[in-house]
Amino acid sequence: MKIFAIAKDNLTDGLDRIAESYRLFAPVKEAQFHNFKELAKGEAPDLNFLNTRLSPKAIIYPQTETMFEYSLDESREDHHIMKEVDNSYSPQAVIGIRPCDAKAFLLVGHNFDTPEYRDPYWVRAYESTTLVGLACDSPCSSCFCTAAGCGPCHEEGLDILLVETDSRFLAKVLTDKGEKLAAAAGWDTPADEAEAGKQIETAKQAAEAKISARVNTDGLKEIDTVELYKAPFWEDVSFSCINCGTCTFVCPTCWCFDIQDENHGKSGVRMRNWDSCMFPLFTIHGTGHNPRGTKLHRVRQRFMHKLKYYVDKYDVGIQCVGCGRCVRSCPVNIDIRRICDLMNSYGSGKDSCAA
Amino acid sequence: MTSYIQKIKEVSARLLKECKVDAVLGFRKGTIPMMNEPYFARTPEDVQNLVWDSNCGINLANYLTDRKENIGIIAKGCDSRNIVTHCVENKIKREQLVIIGVPCKGMIDKRKINSMIEGEISDVTEDENNITVKGDGFEKVLNKKDVLQQNCALCIHRNPVEFDELIAETVKEQANIDRYEDIRKIEAMSPAEKEVFFEDLFSTCIRCYACRNACPLCYCPTCFTDESRPQWVGKGQDETDVKTFHFLRAFHCAGRCTDCGACERACPVGINMRLLTRKLEKDCFDLFEWEAGMSLDLRPPLDTYKPGDPDDFIK
Repeated sequence: MKIFAIAKDNLTDGLDRIAESYRLFAPVKEAQFHNFKELAKGEAPDLNFLNTRLSPKAIIYPQTETMFEYSLDESREDHHIMKEVDNSYSPQAVIGIRPCDAKAFLLVGHNFDTPEYRDPYWVRAYESTTLVGLACDSPCSSCFCTAAGCGPCHEEGLDILLVETDSRFLAKVLTDKGEKLAAAAGWDTPADEAEAGKQIETAKQAAEAKISARVNTDGLKEIDTVELYKAPFWEDVSFSCINCGTCTFVCPTCWCFDIQDENHGKSGVRMRNWDSCMFPLFTIHGTGHNPRGTKLHRVRQRFMHKLKYYVDKYDVGIQCVGCGRCVRSCPVNIDIRRICDLMNSYGSGKDSCAA
Repeated sequence: MTSYIQKIKEVSARLLKECKVDAVLGFRKGTIPMMNEPYFARTPEDVQNLVWDSNCGINLANYLTDRKENIGIIAKGCDSRNIVTHCVENKIKREQLVIIGVPCKGMIDKRKINSMIEGEISDVTEDENNITVKGDGFEKVLNKKDVLQQNCALCIHRNPVEFDELIAETVKEQANIDRYEDIRKIEAMSPAEKEVFFEDLFSTCIRCYACRNACPLCYCPTCFTDESRPQWVGKGQDETDVKTFHFLRAFHCAGRCTDCGACERACPVGINMRLLTRKLEKDCFDLFEWEAGMSLDLRPPLDTYKPGDPDDFIK
């Protein structure tokens, strides 16, 4: 495992070199918020941010993605044939992604990249992406990554971890993809491994100490699914929900989509758009019947999926990396940490008054 | 305004104990700074969880739609006007409600405060005129007047227009407010400038529909945006579809919107879609001298006809 040292002033030079062979995505402050954006040539990222308003999931899994196109024009040889859209999936790099957001791609991968099914769009985009993480030195009060199997310096899912120290960035190369990108960037000044390792460990401990939220997930697996489904607290939990899609759209681990065909004259496309289990339309049947007909059903589904069904199905922990975005963005302050605790302690006698 | 809470609790507990209502709709303390959560207090004990401060900007009338219980509802000026609108539009019966009126001094804009502060805010407290913001290594006192939600800064109906109980003396209504300075600027733009302006305004929309769902007016069982047989609006991020959603929604609110600000407040990406609804509000006032939700006895201008209605648009 190599660790390179990058002088702070030289970071942008390295990015310029990477940009010669990769499309670059990085946080940029636009209007009120930081968000990930494709950098124009010579554009510098703004790495002075807590976390981005929206997660970077759209870089690999766009909110609207064209899958196929077709033509009904019979003068064309290929009329009435659904053709895959030509997308080159050229190499791209995400600079400054937080470790929580990088780990989120692994959780999403359990759905999009399985032994039985591989989602070609997601898999190709993911494989063409190199993730250069920026260790988190100031977690928000709503962050709970350490309780969600992740952390401010978590390496899982990253290709390179950047850790900012007083004078420089340390770049810890974690994968072959990372090594390739480091070479493209010209990051080749080795840091003293023992000293750098110590600095990274110190940064990690300092950041972890700032995370005050305590969320327990240890009981979720053992609780009976049907009992949890029937728990009385869902009424209280869902009361304030307005069933908008904010939580699911800002979430780095929500993956659901809806497929739509759109025609324009004699040609058209088949595309997929992010969908949300908060929307009634998500589950409505062709008959008009909706098996998740009330907001209680929908709110329960979101939390049961993230904190119970996912846990049971994949056995890799909860479907959440603790980034806290849904907590910060929910218009009515529904807080997954509170609900996770209600679920986790259900049946242990602690739940009844917590609601 | 924080001094209201004792009285709110007293009235709420009394209504519940006397079985005048089945529940009281108010707010409980949020889990993060500058947020409270709408809350349904069902027992006199639940009443202890109620809070009142400058973070109660959500419009509680939104939670009344088609409810069957008798409900006590804590209502600011704007909430009360939306309750009236709900009654006029048959979404709840006036007899079902005990309106606990709260003279309002405005709600604070958490996005504005966040943008004024470097670093994360961990605690916010308030007194009558000041908001004290604390975080790691800083403490700053802000004048509440400077950090109000824009709709509150422009509000001319702070006192509830319809109520059964009043929590405190009425507050002085703001006078000489120019409510439409920004709207006139847009009106003065050329069509091409408007196109660019609105494209830019909605460019960050993620179609989460928080604006629509936070709005007490948007109670349609199936919104035109969700209609699939036939489908009226594309579902993707195409800018025409995004704008179609926002413009059509605004038109559906014409003559009904009270500018409570719930839509803008709910937006996770900070879009000021009130620029659309306020244009229609302005037109309704200019054409019909109409302000929404001011009386249970008046029908809204778009479902009535009067011989004197302006008809200059008929060429």
